[in-house]
Amino acid sequence: MLNFVSRRVFFAIVTLLVVSAVVFAIFSLLPFDPAALTCGQHCTDQIIAANRIKLGFDKPLYIQYFLFLGGIFLGRSYGTGSAAFSCPAPSFGYSYNENACVTDLLREALPVTVSLALGALIIWLIVGVSLGIIAARFKNKWPDRVGSVFVLLGTSLPTFVTGLALLIWVTIKWKLVPLSLIGYTPITENPYKFFQFFILPWITLAIAYAALYTRFTRAAVLETLGEDYIRTARAKGVKERTVLFKHTMRAVFAPIITLAGLDFAGLIGGAIITETIFNLPGLGRLTLRSTYEFDLPIVLSTTILAAAVVIIMNLVIDMLYAVLDPRVRI
Amino acid sequence: MAELLKISDLHVAFPTDDGLVRAVDGVSLTLNEGETVAIVGESGSGKTVSGLSVMGLHKKGAAQLSGSIVLKDGDRNIDIVTATDEEIRLLRGRAVAMIFQDPMSSLHPYYRVGNQLAEGYLVHNPGQKKEARQRAIEMLDLVGISEPAQRADEYPHQFSGGMRQRVMIAMALMNSPRILIADEPTTALDVTVQAQILILLASLQKEFNMGILLITHDLGVVAQVADRVSVMYGGRIVEQGSADDVFYKPKAPYTLGLLKSVPRISTHGSDRLKAIPGQPPSLINLPTGCAFAPRCEFASHAAGDICANDRPELLGTNPNHLSRCHVDEAVRDKLFVTELKEVRS
Repeated sequence: MLNFVSRRVFFAIVTLLVVSAVVFAIFSLLPFDPAALTCGQHCTDQIIAANRIKLGFDKPLYIQYFLFLGGIFLGRSYGTGSAAFSCPAPSFGYSYNENACVTDLLREALPVTVSLALGALIIWLIVGVSLGIIAARFKNKWPDRVGSVFVLLGTSLPTFVTGLALLIWVTIKWKLVPLSLIGYTPITENPYKFFQFFILPWITLAIAYAALYTRFTRAAVLETLGEDYIRTARAKGVKERTVLFKHTMRAVFAPIITLAGLDFAGLIGGAIITETIFNLPGLGRLTLRSTYEFDLPIVLSTTILAAAVVIIMNLVIDMLYAVLDPRVRI
Repeated sequence: MAELLKISDLHVAFPTDDGLVRAVDGVSLTLNEGETVAIVGESGSGKTVSGLSVMGLHKKGAAQLSGSIVLKDGDRNIDIVTATDEEIRLLRGRAVAMIFQDPMSSLHPYYRVGNQLAEGYLVHNPGQKKEARQRAIEMLDLVGISEPAQRADEYPHQFSGGMRQRVMIAMALMNSPRILIADEPTTALDVTVQAQILILLASLQKEFNMGILLITHDLGVVAQVADRVSVMYGGRIVEQGSADDVFYKPKAPYTLGLLKSVPRISTHGSDRLKAIPGQPPSLINLPTGCAFAPRCEFASHAAGDICANDRPELLGTNPNHLSRCHVDEAVRDKLFVTELKEVRS
């Protein structure tokens, strides 16, 4: 177990180094001067030159990369004298567009995205898995047909359609949920406002994923119901309800957990469309905006963060699998 | 000897897109206490479907059943064909149990063996968790698994194939059922393990005074353990009688073909295997005449085209040894004796 984890952690670090180096290289190859982006329209060459030195763009590329890596552990300070400022560890660099330490920006955006992804995950797991079980239980009967219509709609409607539709009808026409202009409220501050703020984004994301999970669960349940050990359970005289919810679901559970973990990790990387439609100040929107503005430190950091979440989630799933499936020992 | 099971004129058909599959077409047989009745036939002859019917394990709607399967449960007689789902469920595992062909896939991979056994007991004795666990360990011990208390906490993948089949047998016997349906219990096992399992089944049969319905295609197994034999072909029984009669005085051409096709270690060197020519019939379009006629080398001994046009009935001069064939029984007896001598010399 310890051996397994340490090996995986080693590979995780290597992967993250490669990912960050690639992103770093891509941005360095782009034909623009990062220092020129640090000030507005009325820029003089002196300011640009000063900023270049202040932010370290004058150094060779690999030094810049190592400075970035070093900042994660040691923090970084920029400039000298009275104009000096620093980003304490873990520092992911300084955004010259936002005029802020990237770590602070991430610290603001991450809770929003995690709240979005987690809430959506809970909804789509409940809805998707239940519908999948119902569809499998009543295969080829009307609940199954209704389920397949839902699957078709959910998988074919893009989130910008469902999201906008929800926004137009639920918020603007029916006024069921107030249009939130105040923005994000942490759950610790005001749970009611938190839910009000997130309910539509959650539903928007959950519809798309719930459809996939309905289809997946239905197929997995039907496949498992055909297994020999299910016939054995029936031969013992086990009630049909127990056969479905205990014997069958126990086997279907593990692959659903895997899928959910990976989808959740993917969403942390940014539910860009949903965040944009609902004006959520999350990671996805931050990444998108920074890409437009060639804000390398932010793009680099969100990419590394997304990669790290995927890698960590994979590790967690693998370890969870060893608990869920007695045949797997790590 | 009390009669435990009486199947009369059982028909099982499955509607499919290609037509109605008549998997079992008028099967009748009985099973008594302490007796082993074998159903022999090749794949698709309807033997497993018959076994599953006794367990009531066919899906309602997917299978059309008619006839009757009367099962003795204590003082009651219950007809599986007309009983409700709940009535049948309460019989399963208690009055009648089944062990399956593939012990590798028949145990739930995610549950401990002991719990899987205990569940069978708990279903019929709700709330008695301690007793169920006790019983599970007892049964594991009985089927020859050493250190049963420890092994009860292991998962199926920690058992070998033979051991898993022992676990399956233990599971089937948790509630001491009177009837055990064994569907090819040794097919997936090594030959040496096969013998052990058969010996185990025989000893447990004595202990529990069970009637065993043994479904198999393996004539060697039948010869070892069966008291009576029903040979199935194309969903019908083509020969029925005591094991000795069927083995030494077969009356159906198909049975003869099966006996001839058993490979032997020959003294004459490289004899070819004597397979029955042709293919088993499609269960959707059964021939109008005898289902075996297209493959039968004795059809010419019957009058005219009767084999191709008429279905033979299950008849015999000896009421305990019946067969389906249009060829005169006396003629068959003579022909078959010489054929068998040739093979067994």
